[in-house]
Amino acid sequence: MKNKIITFREAIRLTLNQILQNDKKAILIGEDIGIYGGAFGVTRGLINKFPDRIIETPISENSFVGVALGAAIGGYKPIVELMFSDFVTLAMDQIVNHAAKISYMYGEQLKAPLIIRLPSGGGRGYGPSHSQSLESWFCHIPGLSVLYPSNPNDARGLLMSATKEKSPVIFFENKLSYDVKGEINENEIINIGKAKTIKEGKDITIISYGRMLSIAEKVSLELGKSDISVEIIDLRTLKPLDEKSIINSVKKTGRVALLVESSPFSSIASEVISLTSNKCFYNLKLPPMKFAALDIPIPSSTRLEKNIYPTTEEIVKKIYDNLST
Amino acid sequence: MKNLKGKLDFLETMLKIRGFEQKIEELFSKGLLGGTCHLCIGQEASAVGIISQLKKGDKVISSHRGHGHAIAIGCDLSRLFGELLGKEIGYCKGRGGTQHICASEKGFYGTNGITGGGIPIATGLALAAKRDKKKQVIVSMFGDGAINQGTFHESLNMAAIWNLPIIYVCENNLYAMSMHIDKAVKIKELHKRSESYGIHGEVVDGTDVEAIAKIAKKAIERARKNKGPTLLETKSYRYKGHSKSDNRVYRTRREENEWLKKDCISKFETILKQQGQKDKIIKIKSSLEKEINKSFETANQSKFAEDYYSGVR
Repeated sequence: MKNKIITFREAIRLTLNQILQNDKKAILIGEDIGIYGGAFGVTRGLINKFPDRIIETPISENSFVGVALGAAIGGYKPIVELMFSDFVTLAMDQIVNHAAKISYMYGEQLKAPLIIRLPSGGGRGYGPSHSQSLESWFCHIPGLSVLYPSNPNDARGLLMSATKEKSPVIFFENKLSYDVKGEINENEIINIGKAKTIKEGKDITIISYGRMLSIAEKVSLELGKSDISVEIIDLRTLKPLDEKSIINSVKKTGRVALLVESSPFSSIASEVISLTSNKCFYNLKLPPMKFAALDIPIPSSTRLEKNIYPTTEEIVKKIYDNLST
Repeated sequence: MKNLKGKLDFLETMLKIRGFEQKIEELFSKGLLGGTCHLCIGQEASAVGIISQLKKGDKVISSHRGHGHAIAIGCDLSRLFGELLGKEIGYCKGRGGTQHICASEKGFYGTNGITGGGIPIATGLALAAKRDKKKQVIVSMFGDGAINQGTFHESLNMAAIWNLPIIYVCENNLYAMSMHIDKAVKIKELHKRSESYGIHGEVVDGTDVEAIAKIAKKAIERARKNKGPTLLETKSYRYKGHSKSDNRVYRTRREENEWLKKDCISKFETILKQQGQKDKIIKIKSSLEKEINKSFETANQSKFAEDYYSGVR
């Protein structure tokens, strides 16, 4: 079969369609996911094909996540959409105190195969309560897997793998990725916990995920003009982290830069820098570098917002300067 | 699931709950139990009256004050003691403790450490039950403290719009830790909150096990016939503090004594004795005492749980 080129949004929709088709116990739960198709149009059209499998809820985030958890322990496979990932703050009790622990604390009597989809990130002028990147919160909670695909094929493959999990999966979808196009291979299996080296190089490893990878690629092109060879790793899964791929790459290049969209403190960047500082200490030729958003709430004004994220120019200059001294 | 039929069964189960919890209290006072726990002594009729009316396949989600619910549904006492003592034979391998006891094979889907935390999960179980079309009913048990949590309002609303087979039981013991219900809620009749969601609501004397069983039976039948959810309020009193470290400074001994006069067990025992059951009651009490002590010994002598990692991804 010839591989198709589709958008990230279409890749998620196609996979949800496939999951609903293959597994009669799969149900979708969320706000406005029926005829409206979800705030970002991801579920558009699914209601026509699966009218009784799309459960539209009132605006009650904590409890509809709890309802999904109850349905999961009752034998169903709910896939929840929270309209904006920011709204997951309202559901943290059900995710953190219940879903993440329900199997462990009840002595493995119950299973919670629950997927929570979170449209995330900034860059669209939505302001401080609709633009956050909260992925590191979930990585801090034992019992959750955290996925963050950057392209349509990974979105498809990881969502498919997520349905095979017996414990909750937090699935991030960057809002700016929805219109990104890419080739998908419907037969490819993408396992949870595996990073991908999307470009090999020998001088520095840039580690990133989600939409920031597009900046990493531009940085790599620019630095290439100065004969600096960049290796790029797409983490894809944030928890469990693919430590082996990270360590192998950084041992090889001897330099590492983290590029994330979230705020810098206690971020995935912090964790990976901690890991590489410990495990690659004697291979490192430079201190690890962290590129993240400014440590402030995300302003609404697009003029203000665009300057809070690290830019290609800034990253190129910093890496170039560090490598030249 | 244990289907309690006769009146003596009601009494026996209430006595079993009280005996178990008195033993727990004793273990705490001797320093033999760690952590905390929340006793339901005084509220046994609610657990027994409601849960006795369920059938196999029905499920219960409980609150932090859940020993009574676990025993009413038929949990094994040595495995309950084991869970509290951190033993391998404990229902949850010592990981859950008093606030996270689960016995899925009995239909007991857990005591729950977060006030109101179990309400949406029970609602989700009811959604699953409805979709399965197996005519199963879910019971969600919680205290009066939970009814001001968002989960209560959100969940009752969803159960109403989806017409789910669920009974929400508010065990109103008048106090949310130290706060009297009159300071927490403007209305006097908590069950009336059902009207806001368009579901059926009723109140019952929480010290009258037969009255509770009767009202529960009706609510469960309605749910089983797809006639929608119910909010039941059982009014009673917890004789002990909120948890083991509570000296009850927020209420008077006089108030406590008034409630002791209406004790659900003594009242029911008197009725049964008048009906000529005295000898049987003596027998029940003596065999329960043996069972409780034996269960404790079995748990106490068993191995401590040592498994940290099984089931971890």
